[in-house]
Amino acid sequence: MSSIIHGAGAATTTLSTFNSVDSKKLFVAPSRTNLSVRSQRYIVAGSDASKKSFGSGLRVRHSQKLIPNAVATKEADTSASTGHELLLFEALQEGLEEEMDRDPHVCVMGEDVGHYGGSYKVTKGLADKFGDLRVLDTPICENAFTGMGIGAAMTGLRPVIEGMNMGFLLLAFNQISNNCGMLHYTSGGQFTIPVVIRGPGGVGRQLGAEHSQRLESYFQSIPGIQMVACSTPYNAKGLMKAAIRSENPVILFEHVLLYNLKEKIPDEDYICNLEEAEMVRPGEHITILTYSRMRYHVMQAAKTLVNKGYDPEVIDIRSLKPFDLHTIGNSVKKTHRVLIVEECMRTGGIGASLTAAINENFHDYLDAPVMCLSSQDVPTPYAGTLEEWTVVQPAQIVTAVEQLCQ
Amino acid sequence: MALHLRSSSSLKSTFLNILSLRQNLGFGSRSHVTRHIRQNLPHDPPLRGSQNPIRGFCNTMAEQETLSSFGQHEDASNHQVMDFPGGKVAFTPEIRFISESDKQRVPCYRVLDDNGQLITNSQFVQVSEEVAVKIYSDMVTLQIMDNIFYEAQRQGRLSFYATAIGEEAINIASAAALTPQDVIFPQYREPGVLLWRGFTLQEFANQCFGNKSDYGKGRQMPVHYGSNKLNYFTVSATIATQLPNAVGAAYSLKMDRKDACAVTYFGDGGTSEGDFHAALNFAAVMEAPVLFICRNNGWAISTPTSDQFRSDGVVVKGRAYGIRSIRVDGNDALAMYSAVHTAREMAIREQRPILIEALTYRVGHHSTSDDSTRYRSADEIEWWNKARNPLSRFRTWIESNGWWSDEAESDLRSRIKKEMLEVLRVAEKTEKPNLKNMFSDVYDVPPSNLREQELLVRQTINSHPQDYPSDVPL
Repeated sequence: MSSIIHGAGAATTTLSTFNSVDSKKLFVAPSRTNLSVRSQRYIVAGSDASKKSFGSGLRVRHSQKLIPNAVATKEADTSASTGHELLLFEALQEGLEEEMDRDPHVCVMGEDVGHYGGSYKVTKGLADKFGDLRVLDTPICENAFTGMGIGAAMTGLRPVIEGMNMGFLLLAFNQISNNCGMLHYTSGGQFTIPVVIRGPGGVGRQLGAEHSQRLESYFQSIPGIQMVACSTPYNAKGLMKAAIRSENPVILFEHVLLYNLKEKIPDEDYICNLEEAEMVRPGEHITILTYSRMRYHVMQAAKTLVNKGYDPEVIDIRSLKPFDLHTIGNSVKKTHRVLIVEECMRTGGIGASLTAAINENFHDYLDAPVMCLSSQDVPTPYAGTLEEWTVVQPAQIVTAVEQLCQ
Repeated sequence: MALHLRSSSSLKSTFLNILSLRQNLGFGSRSHVTRHIRQNLPHDPPLRGSQNPIRGFCNTMAEQETLSSFGQHEDASNHQVMDFPGGKVAFTPEIRFISESDKQRVPCYRVLDDNGQLITNSQFVQVSEEVAVKIYSDMVTLQIMDNIFYEAQRQGRLSFYATAIGEEAINIASAAALTPQDVIFPQYREPGVLLWRGFTLQEFANQCFGNKSDYGKGRQMPVHYGSNKLNYFTVSATIATQLPNAVGAAYSLKMDRKDACAVTYFGDGGTSEGDFHAALNFAAVMEAPVLFICRNNGWAISTPTSDQFRSDGVVVKGRAYGIRSIRVDGNDALAMYSAVHTAREMAIREQRPILIEALTYRVGHHSTSDDSTRYRSADEIEWWNKARNPLSRFRTWIESNGWWSDEAESDLRSRIKKEMLEVLRVAEKTEKPNLKNMFSDVYDVPPSNLREQELLVRQTINSHPQDYPSDVPL
């Protein structure tokens, strides 16, 4: 297996340029440096990856790009270096296709995933390539096809179960909690359930309350499952592949609004560690923990904050269960201030658990209480103006940082 | 299920997509908005020009005469038929409802009468002496095992037990008709299937006592057996959740083209669960080789079948999903064997699901936490236990073939009883699993939070050893 786990250690040259410069310079400088040391950093990444153990501190992936906007824009650097550009849903599809090529046991099931290609086109073209049985269109019953996936997994397949929208997976809660999470344990380890359950969730653009759910808060207690959230084409493909290869059941949370993000990703085979958080922007003053779509709101706020002279450290936690407390802890020990920005509801969300975990583990390192910005405890309204105010906006993030850093 | 909405412009496109009958009516340039129209249409979609698709769906009886309406034509017998998605359907001018039930209930397949005599002209699959004797011996073993474990629970040696008394024929005879490669998804009243496949009495006892030899590592209640090597999937207590799992396993077998099927058991109560209906539907659509065996034993704890459903039992539900079904006398071991044997062949050869409703009676209580005399008469229970006993019927039949005798019976019974008592003694004495098993197998490798939690538990035990049970090794 020639996959490279991207975690380069020696990226100190570019790191130093990130520290307190204005946004324009931030945008241009990294690409120039990338150009010259890219090949070198590949070698470093390869050799270091083998020595590195899980959670060994700051990691920067080789093509570290600071994304100063809320939505990633096309890179100015389009030199003839390796890699190809694609959208996030294409990255997911590419990851899925590569795994299906690699392992004949991987199969897909869900509503309209076959010839229709999936409602967000993540499974586009797969039915034509792998056949109707391996990319299975199911009748409408989430509990049943999730149960089917679990039964198939117990008999040796590796199903990727797609919920058309994460909210519909509430109907599959019974199978996920009682069978998926439990059967490996209650069978005494006799049966493994290597399923991947994935789908788009989160607040979109006027999709209404039922289609704007954040299921990570409901699923986070279930023992036996892992949860990850992707946010860029790079980590989408990496997490998809890692989830498929994992022996544990993994729930991969995608976001409805991030499917059209464009980024250049490496050509070669790579996976992202499922339990690892991603350092988006190293900093000194405050640690901002976020995931999925809120990462882009945070980065937009970061631009403003940098202009005002703050130096936020932004971490995309990626792994929602379990939390990467190693990376988070190192960051807290450095900055002593934490702001969590999430899309979950205030009550019982990922932020609530993360706040508890940080307070419990790193209380001595905190100079200020952990602050958590989340959505309100309301069903998401349909009206666009109201919907906008249920999710955390960059202005609120800036205010919160200013408050914490007083 | 909510209509899947996308961006604001999609409402209009969704509406038109429902009505559009041809692909090139698809909307917009973005590929994911255009629906791929699959073959839900009649065989020859008419290639007419700019017809109004809406009219086609709004045909009323008054318009039958006008042949210019889309999709309407006369068939050979001069009856008007209509092409709808799903196929042709004939019209009727009468307002006639399909009755909620047939006058006659679906007849029940049985081969041995109440006295164990073979019914003349009965069709059945012949069994050899060896198989027949094993079926009977295992039925006896199951009966004795159930009785002794039940008594052990009453004596406080076991925490819980659920018997399968009265349903031995379903358990053993159905297992006998399957091969070891067929994967079993049980509810919790089918230990006989495991017994047939070779699970020893000691292994049953180990699981019930939750000792360190239990394959489940002491994590589950008694009777929640599971055996990877015998293809018997660990019992999950939630009702009917194993049905979609079985369909998934059948799908896996279908993909691998194995000469095997998935078999799942459930009770009459389980047929009310949503998973039952969804699993049957899925199995039919996927053409998955799965046997759905319903043990209709008349009771779901205290709920009789008259309060569970209003259909003619479970067998008629198969048709609603397009599944071939049969009703069998579950207390007739020979009929059970024949039905399952035939069904299995059909399922694998034709790649289709089969529904088998086995009528029987739950002689025992629901479990040791239940006293069924509170909701049914003791006479009723006694009658089924004595007069309609599946063991005595089958015994008469094998004795009439000269394959069994009173001596063999008493030998078997005393041997099993002795073995059971020994097995109980050994299982009770065996050490419990180590504390680390509380935290292992939640994931493939224990993550840091679980390692931390285990450490906390051990620290607590160290400081309060008197509060920790002495028979659980650390």
